[in-house]
Amino acid sequence: MQLVLEFLALSFVQDVLKILFILLLFAMPLGTFMTLMERKWSAAVQDRIGPNRANIGSYRGRGLLHIAADALKSIFKEDLIPRGADKFLYTIAPFFSFMSAVAVFAIIPIAGPIGDFKFQVTDVQPGLLFIFAITSLGVYGAVLAGASSNSKFALFGGTRASAQMISYEVFLGLSLMGLFMVYGSTQVSIIVEGQGEHWFGLIPKWGVFTQPLGFVVFFTALIAETKRAPFDAPEGESEIVAGYFVEYSGMRWSSFMLAEYIAIVGVAALITTLFFGGYQVPWLYHWESAPQWLVTLLQFGKFTSFTFILCWFQIQIRWTVPKFRFDQTMALGWKKLLPVALLNTVVTAIIIVALA
Amino acid sequence: MKFKVKKVDRSEGLKEALYIPGIAVGLKHTMRHFFRNIISKKDVVTIQYPEEERPVSRRWRGRHRLTRRDDGFLKCVACYMCETVCPAKCIHIEAGEHPDFSVEKYPVSFDIDELRCVFCGLCVEACPKQAIRMDTGVIGMAYHSRESFNFTRDLLRDAYTPNEKTKYTDADLPKPPDQQSALPNSHGIPAL
Ligand code: SF4
Ligand code: SF4
Repeated sequence: MQLVLEFLALSFVQDVLKILFILLLFAMPLGTFMTLMERKWSAAVQDRIGPNRANIGSYRGRGLLHIAADALKSIFKEDLIPRGADKFLYTIAPFFSFMSAVAVFAIIPIAGPIGDFKFQVTDVQPGLLFIFAITSLGVYGAVLAGASSNSKFALFGGTRASAQMISYEVFLGLSLMGLFMVYGSTQVSIIVEGQGEHWFGLIPKWGVFTQPLGFVVFFTALIAETKRAPFDAPEGESEIVAGYFVEYSGMRWSSFMLAEYIAIVGVAALITTLFFGGYQVPWLYHWESAPQWLVTLLQFGKFTSFTFILCWFQIQIRWTVPKFRFDQTMALGWKKLLPVALLNTVVTAIIIVALA
Repeated sequence: MKFKVKKVDRSEGLKEALYIPGIAVGLKHTMRHFFRNIISKKDVVTIQYPEEERPVSRRWRGRHRLTRRDDGFLKCVACYMCETVCPAKCIHIEAGEHPDFSVEKYPVSFDIDELRCVFCGLCVEACPKQAIRMDTGVIGMAYHSRESFNFTRDLLRDAYTPNEKTKYTDADLPKPPDQQSALPNSHGIPAL
């Protein structure tokens, strides 16, 4: 017993446990769930029913079994490598996508700290700069896949992915400058702490209220980063089939798909953390005698439900908005959102100085 | 030659350029559908086919049937009108003479190859006795073998409940000489 407790107290062991918990019990299940929910919800938007046929015996579980069916199918599918493809790059490309999607969860706190213990894998000091670094790596997945598949459609997809990257990356960073100024740090834990305060004891000081413009711009940038409609030119279903991963099949294809859905969850978690108070439950400070376990549970519940709602919102956006051509994406990024982000930064700075 | 060029004003207004109002309008619509369908499935138009079937008009030309007289015998008098008019040449009739004078000719065998049939309905229009009809409402015929689509007389004929006028029952229908083609379909397609 003593040994076990000592073992658990090792920070290395704790980190591994946290990673396992966040990945296996939070990000992956939610991501896989989203693969089904995307189809179900889009069906609801379009007055259809959606998948409901996968069954074990007569049990259908309202389509839930499609998750298992999809996984089984892609495991047993042949894993093709097209002739003339660069085998090495072709093989590692899905890992880039997957890795960058998953790595976002490393700095996201899913509940408030208890004493010294943080429900966060690592609270790196650069904080969000780490996110910027990681998400830019994600585009390598698309570019490598496109360049190595020996297919013109894939190559187009990869090129478009990089073209899109240079159009959103700039305002992705700039849109958060205001947030950094308001909360005075790039470290995630400090930003979330800051959002626990209330104005007049009533309105929670969430990022979405302090930085509404920043929120819109950042959200747009992140949707562009997940390469989903309206910014799905790299996939471009109607023109280049599936874009950069058109040649992939089986489990490799699935990892691209899963990476996309985990990226959705990641985006939702990130937005929750930065703009919706993260794990901070509003008005909870009125209840001072709340037991610690209940507070932690409430915080986790609030974080999860906001993440879920934002996932839904992204899917809703995808089924609402038509696609941008990639020159339009660039025009939007450089001519509209970049000035807006700059303006937001300047105005925030002026207000902060004026108030101080 | 001079063409008149009409310039269409494609400049974006502020509302267009902001995107947000447009997206909000779109979201209003998609969300309305989403919530209505999640809560009550009100707008869902899906017909879950094998379990539910789409309602067909009474005039829909489906699988054929051979009608019966009041006394239970087939109405068909084996006049070959339908076989002659059929553009797909898929009706094959063999006429026979019935011992009963009032019946005269009758089809000893009456096969329709439903795979060749183009469902034009000309046979129904040609029939002087209203003996063949296509109003069964059977719209999907899917079987595993070619032979299953060869509908024989006894598969096509209507079901008949004997009553006081009955003179002939199913058993009295003279069998065709080729017993093989009169056997019930091996795929269990019920005779109507
Ligand atoms: S519907 Fe037309 S094609 Fe079919 S059996 Fe009748 S006449 Fe022939
Ligand atoms: S079905 Fe009608 S048209 Fe055809 S042979 Fe019989 S009576 Fe004549």
